[in-house]
Amino acid sequence: MNNKPRIGVYVCHCGANIAKTVDVEAVSEFASHLPYVKVARNYAYMCSDPGQLLIREDIKNEGLTRVVVASCSPRMHELTFRKTLAAAGLNPYYLEMANIREHCSWVHTDRDEATAKAKRLVYSAVAKARLLEPLTEKEVEVEPSALIVGGGIAGIQAALDIAAAGFKVYMVEKTTSVGGKMSQLDKTFPTLDCSACILTPKMVDVASHPNIELMTYSKVEDISGYVGNFDVKVRKKARYVDMDKCTGCGACAEECRLRGTIPNDYDMGLGKRGAIYLPFPQAVPAKYTIDPDRCLMLTRGKCGKGPKCVEACAVGAVNFEQEDEIVEFKVGTVIIATGYEIFDASKKPEYGYGQYPNVINGLELERLVAASGPTGGEIVIGKGDKAMVPKEVAFISCVGSRDDSVDKPYCSRVCCMYSAKLAHLILEKLPEANVRIYYMDVRAFGKGYEEFYDRVRREGVHYIRGNPSEIFKRGDKLVVKAEDTLAGRPLEDEVDLVVLAVGLEPRQDAREIIDILKLSQSADGFYMEAHPKLAPVDTATDGVYLAGCAQGPKDIPDTVAQAKGAAASALILLSSGQVKVQAQISIVDESTCRGCGFCVEICPYGAIELVEINRMGNMAQVARVNEALCKGCGACAAGCLSGSIQQRSFKDQQILPQIAVLGAMK
Amino acid sequence: MNTDANTVIESFIQKYDLLGCIQCGRCTGGCPVTIRTGLNPRRIVYDSRDEEMLEELSNLTEIWDCTTCNTCAVRCPKGLKPVDVLVGLRNMLVEEGVIQPTVRDALESIFREGNPWDKPRATRCDWMEGLDVRIVEPGEEVENLIFVCCTIAYDPKVQVIAQNFVKLLNKAGVDYGFIGEDESCCASEAHNMGEEGLFEMMIEDNTELLNSYAAKRLVTLSPHCYSTFKNQYPDLKAEVIHYSHLLKELLEEKKIAFGKECSDKVIYHDPCYLGKQNDVYDEPRYVLKQIKGAEILEFERSRERSLCCEGGGGKMWVEGTETKEERLAETRVKDAREQGATVLAVACPFCVLTLDDALKAKGFEEEMRVADVLEFLGPFIE
Ligand SMILES: Cc1cc2nc3c(=O)[nH]c(=O)nc-3n(C[C@H](O)[C@H](O)[C@H](O)COP(=O)(O)OP(=O)(O)OC[C@H]3O[C@@H](n4cnc5c(N)ncnc54)[C@H](O)[C@@H]3O)c2cc1C
Ligand code: SF4
Ligand code: SF4
Repeated sequence: MNNKPRIGVYVCHCGANIAKTVDVEAVSEFASHLPYVKVARNYAYMCSDPGQLLIREDIKNEGLTRVVVASCSPRMHELTFRKTLAAAGLNPYYLEMANIREHCSWVHTDRDEATAKAKRLVYSAVAKARLLEPLTEKEVEVEPSALIVGGGIAGIQAALDIAAAGFKVYMVEKTTSVGGKMSQLDKTFPTLDCSACILTPKMVDVASHPNIELMTYSKVEDISGYVGNFDVKVRKKARYVDMDKCTGCGACAEECRLRGTIPNDYDMGLGKRGAIYLPFPQAVPAKYTIDPDRCLMLTRGKCGKGPKCVEACAVGAVNFEQEDEIVEFKVGTVIIATGYEIFDASKKPEYGYGQYPNVINGLELERLVAASGPTGGEIVIGKGDKAMVPKEVAFISCVGSRDDSVDKPYCSRVCCMYSAKLAHLILEKLPEANVRIYYMDVRAFGKGYEEFYDRVRREGVHYIRGNPSEIFKRGDKLVVKAEDTLAGRPLEDEVDLVVLAVGLEPRQDAREIIDILKLSQSADGFYMEAHPKLAPVDTATDGVYLAGCAQGPKDIPDTVAQAKGAAASALILLSSGQVKVQAQISIVDESTCRGCGFCVEICPYGAIELVEINRMGNMAQVARVNEALCKGCGACAAGCLSGSIQQRSFKDQQILPQIAVLGAMK
Repeated sequence: MNTDANTVIESFIQKYDLLGCIQCGRCTGGCPVTIRTGLNPRRIVYDSRDEEMLEELSNLTEIWDCTTCNTCAVRCPKGLKPVDVLVGLRNMLVEEGVIQPTVRDALESIFREGNPWDKPRATRCDWMEGLDVRIVEPGEEVENLIFVCCTIAYDPKVQVIAQNFVKLLNKAGVDYGFIGEDESCCASEAHNMGEEGLFEMMIEDNTELLNSYAAKRLVTLSPHCYSTFKNQYPDLKAEVIHYSHLLKELLEEKKIAFGKECSDKVIYHDPCYLGKQNDVYDEPRYVLKQIKGAEILEFERSRERSLCCEGGGGKMWVEGTETKEERLAETRVKDAREQGATVLAVACPFCVLTLDDALKAKGFEEEMRVADVLEFLGPFIE
């Protein structure tokens, strides 16, 4: 290391942000007398072009070897100034920042004291700057492929985009078909396109695209590695049907002894299927699956005189011996598109959901109005002589949204609009029906949404402002107990059908992915983006992106937009082919490491492992950092009992002098 | 503007988090009395945000319609408690000394005699006559300290609740003790009628008294005492339970059993102070189910949707703006009869009184009777 460093100090005004509270002139004057400081300046905006030019010129003309910028948080502009140094031919890690904005001017009001504090911060940065070492950023190759977890519209769109750009895509979908919730919808607001018509072609494309390897009825078991180089392990569950042989003819399902006895999840349990099934006619892949929890052969080892499906299948695709298959592959990037679940309305017992068959949720109504649904699109509640065509219909909005009493403070963003859509569809099918929507606020924020709301009102959907409190039965009617808040009138409204506009919530199994990828969740439980505005598809883990409702409630337009955003982010990585890895990582001094493994436990990124080395003739266990995995968080360095792990740029010998001057200067 | 008044008003808004309200109307929609009175809790919450209106609001007769059933608070999506706003307004009135005579009598009686019924303290234990009751002294160790409730202690219609309980406790060999004449009102109704000062005083006195026993649990016979001790007495040392908790425990441990066959069809009415306010739904049902032969029915509106009987919230002493519409207690007995019940079982002395009145008003005495769970199971104790 150069024994005589030449330091330049640059104090930023940040317009008035800093200069209003801190006497920047005094700070730069103070800095100019500090050891090794050759120049000290202050300037209105250090991050501006002329500001950066100042630094570059000084590096050249004054022969600076270290730079201290006293301005905002390094989170804001550390990268900017590192580039400035590099542009002037200096190692970018010869930069040290003193945060005199967030840590000083923004949080203090007394100018004298703030100025004194700014001086101390600058002094401590200078004390560290002279001890900085040059670092080089390593580049690693990016595996030219992507993993997409979840085959809803978000996953489908991202997969198609990445595949179209020429990269390999592995798509893992948990259920037997891609499509997600959108495949369960009848028509879609605000344009009322038929959901299947716009979705099915995309589902088929995913299955047939040469660059996409689709794995349905599969589960990601493990993802290890780091940006550009993830190792993925997927379990393909046994379908007990040979995918290569099955033609999707359906002869087996016709014959299954349990045909029409098992509630079909796809139809929200309103329709029934057999033990061998295709969840819906347009399912992709159009291959049958045997339900291992219900099939008589698989649960009891015996199905009558012999399994009828085997008999029925002309190509011999049924195979009860089939086992789960584990596949492993490498990808450069991962997109999480695992979607959402609907709020379970039985958590609000006052609405009688689960108790009254004519209290249903929005998704159930989607299946009832859909031509492909269990009633062929007829709106009938119940079966046989109990079947009833509703005349008086009430929607209740915000069930499980905006409601602290069930820990769901957020707005689910789609329920206002899907209620309007479903109300319209009911009127279309049952023109005699009286449909009202009980609401607290109508949120019609999207393109064409307010217009759609206008349309359904004029069609005769009656909007009553008031969120109902209770539903109970009186005779064969349901009583909706509410208040029309605009009229200030409490009312008991007798209806035949109540539709609960249930909100969207994080999937119950959201933890599976969290455990595998160490993602964080925001307060609402959805996966958290790196920044709510500027990095909405990124996560805290490099190379892992979010798309669709996995990140938060969304309609289809926003889901698709975000999916395309995630695909674009993934493609930046894939097409550049190389990725820089963090330089300020931890390093182990193997001569002093005692191999206690404490750091291995501490590291949140699994970047440290214990290895055996030969230390002067003796075999010893020591910790070793995987440079590609280390994020430079410093947790290990703070935890190491023998001081053997040090983080580059934050070594003890670098930060102790920094702390010392802070203490010395009162 | 007077700054003092300003801080008071500010604290009214803050105290009840009035700015959190989104005017959704769930409170009014859920409020059981809105269909037969002029009360609209949502409007009261809305209007209370205007400091100038508070006085006017506190003079509205409808603020006395509230039964403090708590439905509004349970249903509010934003965590407000409209019921507390109403009680807060009542409190403003009481502080100004505007009190209905019946209310004043009740409050004075609590203050002087420790009960709202204008009865002398000396007769609080008259119900014990002929019974072998264990009374404990302060300092004495006792596992279950029993709190009787003023209504049960004095009203001959419901004294049987306590009497049967004693028999049960003796039979089961439970380590218990009653407080005796020193027992004083939990003051729940003083609070509900807006007498916050008296309520606070009673909290202090009662806490001192109750903590002076080395008791593990405080077993209450009325859900009103139960809820008040549990939720509004911050410094009680003993765990507060309702008698149905203890009965369930004794039945499970087989310390008590029910003998004789029963041929009744029993429908259970959830008291607001037990159910909605404290989520105790299963224990009383469990107890009833142990009675051999009893057919247990359910109201259409049960558990979280149970209909208030209008017995609480000071309604024993005040009139509000009730209209001629059917009383809720009458709706309740009608519903019970429609279900074919022969016994309308409850676990609350107020419910017994209001429902029994309604039963008589409807002339259903022949077909059906109202009984507290403890009263009903009396004959079946082995
Ligand atoms: C009743 C109702 C009506 C609606 N109507 C409309 C409308 O008309 N217009 C509109 O724009 N929006 C509508 N929406 C919203 C719409 O459903 C969503 O915007 C959309 O489905 C989100 O797509 P997604 O891919 O993010 O999630 P999903 O559709 O939930 O798809 C997620 C997929 O990931 C799979 N998955 C989950 N976890 C894993 C895992 N660990 N591994 C592998 N796979 C996994 C799931 O099986 C699923 O296939 C409606 C919503 C509801 C509830
Ligand atoms: S329920 Fe709560 S948020 Fe809704 S109107 Fe009543 S007080 Fe306001
Ligand atoms: S406590 Fe009950 S009676 Fe009083 S306002 Fe609330 S819901 Fe109505």
